[in-house]
Amino acid sequence: MMPAEQQVLLDVEESGAKPAIEASDEKNAGPAVVMRGLHKSFGKEIVLNGIELTVNSGETLAVLGRSGTGKSVLLKLIIGLQAPDSGSILVHDQEITRLDLEALNAARKKMGFLFQNAALYDSLSVEQNIAFPLKRHTKMTASERGDRVKQLLSSVGMESDLKKMPGDISGGMQKRVGLARALALDPGILLLDEPTAGLDPITSGEIDELILKLQEEHHMASIVVTHDLQSAKTIADRLALLHEGTVHIEGSFEDLEKSDNEFVSQFMKRDS
Amino acid sequence: MSHNPSIPHRLIGQDAPPAPSLVRATFTTLWNPINGFFEWFGELGLFSWQVLRASVRRPFEGQELLRQFDEIGSKSLPLVALAGAAIGFVLALESRSSLVHFGAQSMLPAALVYSIIHETGPIVTGLVVSGRVGAGIGAELGSMKVTEQIDAIEASGVNPYKFLAFTRILACILVLPLLTIAADFCGVLFGWIAEALAEPVSFHRFISQGFALSTFRDFLAPTFRTVVFGLIIGTIGCFQGMRTKGGTAGVGLSATSSVVLSSLFVILADVILVKIVLVFFS
Repeated sequence: MMPAEQQVLLDVEESGAKPAIEASDEKNAGPAVVMRGLHKSFGKEIVLNGIELTVNSGETLAVLGRSGTGKSVLLKLIIGLQAPDSGSILVHDQEITRLDLEALNAARKKMGFLFQNAALYDSLSVEQNIAFPLKRHTKMTASERGDRVKQLLSSVGMESDLKKMPGDISGGMQKRVGLARALALDPGILLLDEPTAGLDPITSGEIDELILKLQEEHHMASIVVTHDLQSAKTIADRLALLHEGTVHIEGSFEDLEKSDNEFVSQFMKRDS
Repeated sequence: MSHNPSIPHRLIGQDAPPAPSLVRATFTTLWNPINGFFEWFGELGLFSWQVLRASVRRPFEGQELLRQFDEIGSKSLPLVALAGAAIGFVLALESRSSLVHFGAQSMLPAALVYSIIHETGPIVTGLVVSGRVGAGIGAELGSMKVTEQIDAIEASGVNPYKFLAFTRILACILVLPLLTIAADFCGVLFGWIAEALAEPVSFHRFISQGFALSTFRDFLAPTFRTVVFGLIIGTIGCFQGMRTKGGTAGVGLSATSSVVLSSLFVILADVILVKIVLVFFS
C-alpha cells in the first residue's frame, strides 16, 4: 500500500509502447527514466523493495534518504552497473535490464554519470580523462576532440588545468572535471551521485550553480542522489525520499517540508 | 531437573554445546576453505572467459597496450637484468669450484649457458616479474576498483575486461620472453666476467664454448614457458585486482595475493612444463 502523501504527490505517466525516438529528440520527449517494481537485495539484506519512480525529460529529481537506503544502488541499476533482482527500468522506452553487453554499452552512451568521488582515471591527465569517452565513441579527429575537451572544461571553469593530473587538483575541481567527463557525449540523462559530498559550503554552492547552468545549457533529465537538502532545494524540480526500500514520499521541496509524516519531518528538519 | 542417563554427565550444563552443533561447526570449518578454493577457480574461469570474449571485439586499445609494454616491459628491465647478472655471476663462481674439483673447468661456459637458458633465466625472470608486475597490477586495479574508476570505465560504455585486463595480460605474454632473453644475456655476460676474473678468457671464446652444445631448439621450450608465465602473472594480477573489496586494506590484500598466487602458479607451471618438455621434446 502506498503512503497517502505519495498517492497525492505522484505524478507518474504510465509508459506505453512508443515509436523509437531519435537520439537528438530524446532530451525533449516523454519520460526519460521509468522504474517499476524495482527490487534489489545483497544476501539477506533487502535494499530496494519495489521502487516506483519516473523522471521526465528535462526534469531534475533529487533522491534523498538515510545512508544505506540504496540511493547509489538505484543509480547503478539505471546505468546497468548492477542488475536488479526483479522489476523494470525503461530508459527512453528501452528496457535496460534485458540488454546484452553491446546494447547496454550503446545505451550507456546516452547517460552521463558523476561518481561520488569523481572517479577520475588517475593515470590519465584531466584532458585525457575527458577525451576518454570521445575517443572511443565518436569519430572526431584529434583536433576536434581537443576543441571539445577545451569547450567542456571551459563550461566547468577548468580550462587552465588541462594538463594536470587528478591527484594534483582539489576535490571540488575533481567533481568539476567529473561533470565535464559525464557531459562529454552530450547525454540525455545525467546521474549524479552525491555531487556535493565532502565539499565545503562555498564549493558545494558553486557545484550547485554549475549543475543548474549545465541543466539550462543541455536540457537533460537528471537524477541527483544527495544528503544535502540545501543542494536538493537549489537544483531539483522534484524530490523522492527513500525509506525501507520504497519511495516514502515524492514531491517538491515545499511539499516535503509541509508533510506531517513523522519520518519526513524528522528528515527535513535535521538540516533546517 | 532429572538427569537423562543417555547423555554423558560432562556435556550437561549451559556451556556445553549440543552434539549436532559441534558436528555442524566441524563441517563448516572443513567445508569453507574447500568451497572457497573451488569458488576462486570458478570465478577465475569466468573472468578468463570474459577477457577472452572481450579480446576479439573492436576497438583493440593499441595505445593502452603500448603503455603497458612500457609499464611492464621497460620498467622491469633493470631489475630483471640485475637479477640475471647476479645469478650468472654467482653460478659461475659456485660452478667453477665444483668443476675444478673434478678437473672439468673447461665445461664451465657450456654448463653455465645451458643452465641459464634452460632453467635459471626463465624462472628468475618469471619470479622477479611476478613480484614487481603482479603486485603493481593487483594494487593498481584494486585501487581503481575501490575508487569506482572501473565502474566509471564501464559506465562510459567501455569494456574494462578489454581495456584493463586484456591489454595487461597480452603485454605480460609478449614481454616475458623478451625480458628472459635480457636476463639470459646478462647472466652469460656476468658469468664470463666472473670466469675472466679467475682465469683470463676472451668473451668470444667463452661464448663459442658456451653455445657449442646448444641449438636453436634449446631456446624454444624455455621461451614457450615464459609465455605461459606471462599469461599466469597477467591473469592472476588482473583477476585479484578487479575483485578487490573493502577499501585500502583490500587493495593491500590484492597486491599481496597477486604476488603470492602468481609466484606459486609460475613455480607449479615450471615444474609441469619442464616435465612435458622432457617427455615430448627431448
